[in-house]
Amino acid sequence: MSGTASSARQARSGGGWQTLLADLKQVRASILILLALLIFNALFTPYFLSVQTLNVNLTQVATIIIVAMGMTLVIATGGVDLSVGSLMAISGVLAPLIFLNPVFAGAQWLGIALAFVVPVLVAGAFGVLNGLFVTRLKLQPIVATLVLYIAGRGIAQVITNGQLQSFSTPGFSYIGLGRPFGIPFQVILMLVIVALTYWAVRRTVFGRSVLAVGGNETAAGLSGIPVARVKVAVYAISGLLAGIAGLIVIAINSSSDANQVGQGMELDAIAAVAVGGTLLAGGRAQVLGTLFGALIIQLIRFTLLAKGVPDAAALVVKAAIIIIAVALQQRRRRE
Amino acid sequence: MQDIQKSFAGVVALADASLTVAPGEVHALIGQNGAGKSTMIKVLTGAYRRDGGSVTFAGGPVEFTSPLAAQQGGIATIYQEVNLIALRTVAENIFLGREPKRWGLIQWPVMNAEANRLLRELGIGLDVTRPLGEFSTAIQQMVALARAVSINARLVIMDEPTSSLNEREVDTLFGVIRGLKERSVSVIFVSHRLDELYAVCDRITVMRDGRTVYAGNMADISRLQLVEQMLGREIKNEGAQTGFVKSGAGKAGEPLLKAEGIRLGQRLTGASVAVRQGEVVGLAGLLGSGRSELARVIFGADMPDAGEVTLDGQPAHFRTPAEAINAGLGFCSEDRKAEGIIPELSVRENLTLALLPRLARAGVVDTVRQSEIVNRFVAQLGIKTSDPDQPIRELSGGNQQKVLLARWLATDPRLLILDEPTRGIDVGAKAEIQRLIGELARGGLGVLMISSELEELIEGCHEVTVLRDGHSVARLSGDGITEPELLHAMAQGLEPQDIPAQVSP
Repeated sequence: MSGTASSARQARSGGGWQTLLADLKQVRASILILLALLIFNALFTPYFLSVQTLNVNLTQVATIIIVAMGMTLVIATGGVDLSVGSLMAISGVLAPLIFLNPVFAGAQWLGIALAFVVPVLVAGAFGVLNGLFVTRLKLQPIVATLVLYIAGRGIAQVITNGQLQSFSTPGFSYIGLGRPFGIPFQVILMLVIVALTYWAVRRTVFGRSVLAVGGNETAAGLSGIPVARVKVAVYAISGLLAGIAGLIVIAINSSSDANQVGQGMELDAIAAVAVGGTLLAGGRAQVLGTLFGALIIQLIRFTLLAKGVPDAAALVVKAAIIIIAVALQQRRRRE
Repeated sequence: MQDIQKSFAGVVALADASLTVAPGEVHALIGQNGAGKSTMIKVLTGAYRRDGGSVTFAGGPVEFTSPLAAQQGGIATIYQEVNLIALRTVAENIFLGREPKRWGLIQWPVMNAEANRLLRELGIGLDVTRPLGEFSTAIQQMVALARAVSINARLVIMDEPTSSLNEREVDTLFGVIRGLKERSVSVIFVSHRLDELYAVCDRITVMRDGRTVYAGNMADISRLQLVEQMLGREIKNEGAQTGFVKSGAGKAGEPLLKAEGIRLGQRLTGASVAVRQGEVVGLAGLLGSGRSELARVIFGADMPDAGEVTLDGQPAHFRTPAEAINAGLGFCSEDRKAEGIIPELSVRENLTLALLPRLARAGVVDTVRQSEIVNRFVAQLGIKTSDPDQPIRELSGGNQQKVLLARWLATDPRLLILDEPTRGIDVGAKAEIQRLIGELARGGLGVLMISSELEELIEGCHEVTVLRDGHSVARLSGDGITEPELLHAMAQGLEPQDIPAQVSP
């Protein structure tokens, strides 16, 4: 029965573009839905095909996509991270405390630089904590991250005494309002993060380990993959990205409200991952799918808003479309 | 079943396959991996929808749309890997989906008593209120069987029911099968063990490449004809029952690996084994004797309570499999599905999983080298796959096993631990894997092979260590490895003073 096998086809991975195409094919359901939404809007929403509309939509969705990238990795290991919204809040309240601090009055640039770095690292550290809950204490991810989902926002409020911090610091706000080449800065950041995540999943040992751990933890462990370390790493990455997203949100608003920053973000991110076709059971990571998933959700929100659908009703429609998208992905997988 | 046809994404799995089973008949269904046996069964039970052909059951045409519908229609299936819920109790598993209820509440006492009675009929006494996962695979399989029997099925399909049973359990199972026959229940029996087919089956259907190539009485076909039908060619080494070619005695010299007095809770109570370079050492014993546990300790997957492991005379107490792999060990687990394959990942990824750290530069996988290695092993081991990027779950059992073997061979190990390497794969692939193991040993690899098949131990091993109740009870070597000796050691063990000295027959 050997013979025939030696003629096995030449491996696909030779061409990077072919791999990309194959990956796009896997998430074609979400691409089709996205196209349908685009065509619908182009036909029925006035001024839809304008740079301004594009920018509005992309700036609004950038933070969701950034957070959803981390979520994709976490979900690929068979976990979930509910704490991302709260970590955004922590990062969001820390930054103004740093760059508004009188200590840096003489060297504002230093304050701003630290305001970019420290909050993100703190959020990352909380991510590590999530990872340790999951690996050391063997908590179920949903419970482990629920701890910081609840406590994180509390910490953020305690830090600021529940006060709203307003600021006007152009150097810092660049991350949310800057427009190099007319493109919103956070959109560029988002695209870089998506590209990095996609590349990491495809090409790095870490990315392959994530999929192996999610696909069959026991087998991965017996094959020498450091299962616990991989898991801690994905929660840490999820925390870091949530930290970045928190900074963008407060920069756009020029104010930081511990109560509002990142509110409901965990669900938006999970929805984007699910619509994008990543198995919630783990073992797969459709990075590009998540990107399209987030775009779909954003476009639905925008369309309903443009059509003047009341907010409450819009939520129901959004939920319905998410269900349809996930069902389509599921059906494709069963073929 | 007449002229059944089924294709998957353009690949034909069944073409004109037929199967006829009379009432009260034990019918053998046999064929190599990928011959279409499993697909045939899944079509029959409604797990797959057929593309063409007809199914007649109990006098009328039937169309089961789901396994549940088939079950209600009187067809029960026991799958190769037990498909029950480990965390629920034995009784719950037996009555899953049809619990005795009153006012919508489960009647626990009735259910437990009934479960107890059913198992007792099968000759098993156990606490039915304990979670199923606490019991061995063999017991789990008996529970699955009890479940099937209790449904009052008219046709029971058994997909390799004996692959994880020991002889006594197999005898019990055959007793049950004969009992079913008397109640004029039909049985479709899928197995790769020819002895068993002749022992229990009345008629046989042989499949090859999605077609039925032979159907007739069991008594009318010889073993050789049977295997020829299955493989579609004549086999050359008619004498040998396995693919092993003995390479004379193992090399003398110091042991490559030595484990001594390993203790781990109740499961290992002083197990010892030694493997020299270029030697295949068998690890024999009944289920629960501690064979796999010993292998896991050596590989660093479990920490022993006490005992010495040495590699090249140096202490080697690995704390993680990763450390063991770095030291040149490899371990193929017996449970391919739960501990071996990563189902969603491709053949390529599965094959290079253990090698990944070494395939990378600064954390980035060198895909060119990866492809090279994958293509080399796919060709060398004759792995049947349409594309290295095909998900491994789509491969047949034998080919999955080859991928897992390749996963370890790719790391260029010095010692390979194989736990039941030929379980649940067809005769052809089995012989290939056995031959490969022999070749590897001749190439200098040390192999520690756990096996429940006596032929495999007798023909393939230079030395066999027998475990019983967690400790080594005998060490047989060369011509001393005979069936009576093995059985004797497994069943009763030898006197303590014989350990670990060699036993002369």
